[in-house]
Amino acid sequence: MLNLTPKEVSKRSALRINPLRTCQPVGAMYAALGVHGCLPHSHGSQGCCSYHRTFLTRHFKDPAIASSSSFTEGASVFGGGANLKTAVRNIFDIYDPEIIAVHTTCLSETIGDDLTGYIQDAKITEGKYVVHTNTPSYVGSHITGYANMISGFIKYLSESTGDKNGKLAVFPGFVNPGDMREMKRIMTLMGIPFTMLPDSSGVMDSPMTGTYEMFPRGGTTVAEIIDLGNCQSALALGEMTSEAPAETLEKKCKVPYQTLPLPIGVESTDAFIMALNHFCKEEVPYALEEERGQLLDIMLDSSQYSHEKTAAIFGDPDTVLGITQFVLEMGMIPKYVVTGTPGSTFDKRVTELFEKYQVEGCVVKSASDLFELHQWIKNDPVDVMIGGTYGKAVARAEDIPLVRAGFPIIDRYVHSYLPIVGYKGAMRLIELILTAIMDRQDRDCADEDFEIVM
Amino acid sequence: MRQIAIYGKGGIGKSTTTQNLTAGLGLMDKKIMVVGCDPKADSTRLLLGGLAQKTVLDTLREEGEEIELDAILKAGFRGIKCVESGGPEPGVGCAGRGIITSISMLEQLGAYTDDLDYVFYDVLGDVVCGGFAMPIREGKAQEIYIVASGEMMALYAANNISKGVQKYANSGGVRLGGIICNSRNVDGEKELVEAFAKELGSQMIYFVPRDNMVQRAEINKKTVLEFDDTAVQADEYRSLAAAIDGNDMFVVPKPMAQDRLEEILMDHGLMDI
Repeated sequence: MLNLTPKEVSKRSALRINPLRTCQPVGAMYAALGVHGCLPHSHGSQGCCSYHRTFLTRHFKDPAIASSSSFTEGASVFGGGANLKTAVRNIFDIYDPEIIAVHTTCLSETIGDDLTGYIQDAKITEGKYVVHTNTPSYVGSHITGYANMISGFIKYLSESTGDKNGKLAVFPGFVNPGDMREMKRIMTLMGIPFTMLPDSSGVMDSPMTGTYEMFPRGGTTVAEIIDLGNCQSALALGEMTSEAPAETLEKKCKVPYQTLPLPIGVESTDAFIMALNHFCKEEVPYALEEERGQLLDIMLDSSQYSHEKTAAIFGDPDTVLGITQFVLEMGMIPKYVVTGTPGSTFDKRVTELFEKYQVEGCVVKSASDLFELHQWIKNDPVDVMIGGTYGKAVARAEDIPLVRAGFPIIDRYVHSYLPIVGYKGAMRLIELILTAIMDRQDRDCADEDFEIVM
Repeated sequence: MRQIAIYGKGGIGKSTTTQNLTAGLGLMDKKIMVVGCDPKADSTRLLLGGLAQKTVLDTLREEGEEIELDAILKAGFRGIKCVESGGPEPGVGCAGRGIITSISMLEQLGAYTDDLDYVFYDVLGDVVCGGFAMPIREGKAQEIYIVASGEMMALYAANNISKGVQKYANSGGVRLGGIICNSRNVDGEKELVEAFAKELGSQMIYFVPRDNMVQRAEINKKTVLEFDDTAVQADEYRSLAAAIDGNDMFVVPKPMAQDRLEEILMDHGLMDI
């Protein structure tokens, strides 16, 4: 399929082929779905809204609901004010959410619609809320949009009353509902009172009950978001995704924050647990110590199969950074590490990891694409690829096993229900990686090397 | 920090007036940033002594999204910080979006420091689309001054701009600070502009007389105040600066209907010319 990708890498400044990122509103929509009783609203043409919903639905295999301002020619000329006004009225009349989270699209951004003004002028039913964020897709990626939407909720809603609520505010980063559940499990185990924003568990992994619920049980409640301003402190998981919202909360409500990498792998999960431990000041429960010990046991037992195996890791910046760290902990070599999201922090953090683990000949690049990664692989292949579904065409062309982790995964099931964060998540990740590598050994080895016990 | 946007008909002398005005404020030891919101990128030429500034959008295009503040912000006369947002060539692209991008970029890079007394936005021509209204949205510029003359088209434009200001005044906090008359030596000009401003519910904050000294200074790429601070015109700009600095009349303008506007023009004998 991609057999014609040329080996010779030429410099490109504008063109991206098989991009590793998508529109800002995809992230904004996902963040909004992590708020209870929230209807994400796409302020633009219908096509934007449809595409973004489809993108999320394909990954989560659960319906992503959203409404649209349904721009037509008229709205592009006269601005989308009237459309939003009508939309807000209709949405509260027909779907009756608790809150509408508006995000913009490229068209409304180019027109220069004044959302703050529109929302001020809109008739909002008593006790209901409308918030917004700007998500021009010609800047950043879905990760930027995700962060912007979370900041939007804080800017509109969070308030500090002066009375601290003793809670920890947690920004989980762009992760699956399964990951959020795991983070919550760990915090509950440690006895920490917390508010997580957003929280898509119970929404994008909601159970089949026989009746369709437009607004499922899960999600951070509006009351919790308002009360975020009274949190003791905040934890931003994933520097490139969660630091911006944490900063917004600090600016608005003076809630101090700490930034940590996504808790993927041993060291980053340790850092997460220690930060929690610092917050609650109680002993880390044995259950977690046990999980950590089990993970280390697995890593030691299997190290002969992972040792110095090379990997190409691609996807969203914080997820890729986390997986890179874990792969290094496993003794593997993250030969190519790429993200489509622009930002030099990514290059810096990954380079720091390369230096820390003293691996040589590894390459990192932000604002890259799968075409470039494919070219590198053609010149010097790897043992395994780790990333989302779009890597499968490269994996097939180069006959390399693909471990699915990150976003989007649209050709497999269950992934969004299970974590890759925490010690448990790391166990799952190492199982996936080892299985891919060992299956390949079983497939390729000579009959006399074919092992029953491995 | 007072954030001020200057609007007015194309060619009326917004950039010249803004730069001489800021130079005047600079001489009063005020800390100022001037943000040129015109694709021609000539809003800071006199303060910097030439078109010395690389625009935000050019920098963005050539160097990507991660740019340093130093790359787009240059200090000119009296330490006035100068930024040009820039934009597309005539006839292509979307200049309005350019302004939105530039101002967001400045915010993101932390250009709005607390030590600034004034931020001036020099905005191209009419408020033709959403982008050109950016400086008066979302709590940025709180004060608007419209540069006009006694010419009919300048007043038409000023009236039109007032409609834009009125729209944003109702939802945000933006107010009209007054009309700056940049004289074209039209008969009865002062009275006409005064009457026009009054009808808007505002004031003519200053009458800047016409003087060739302005052209001479411009050819030398300087503001009048830098070129020859003993000139009569230099005093005029100093007075303008003092008037703006001491202004306390901020109103939601009441733009007039076409008929009423023409009536005022008639009353002041413009139609006789």
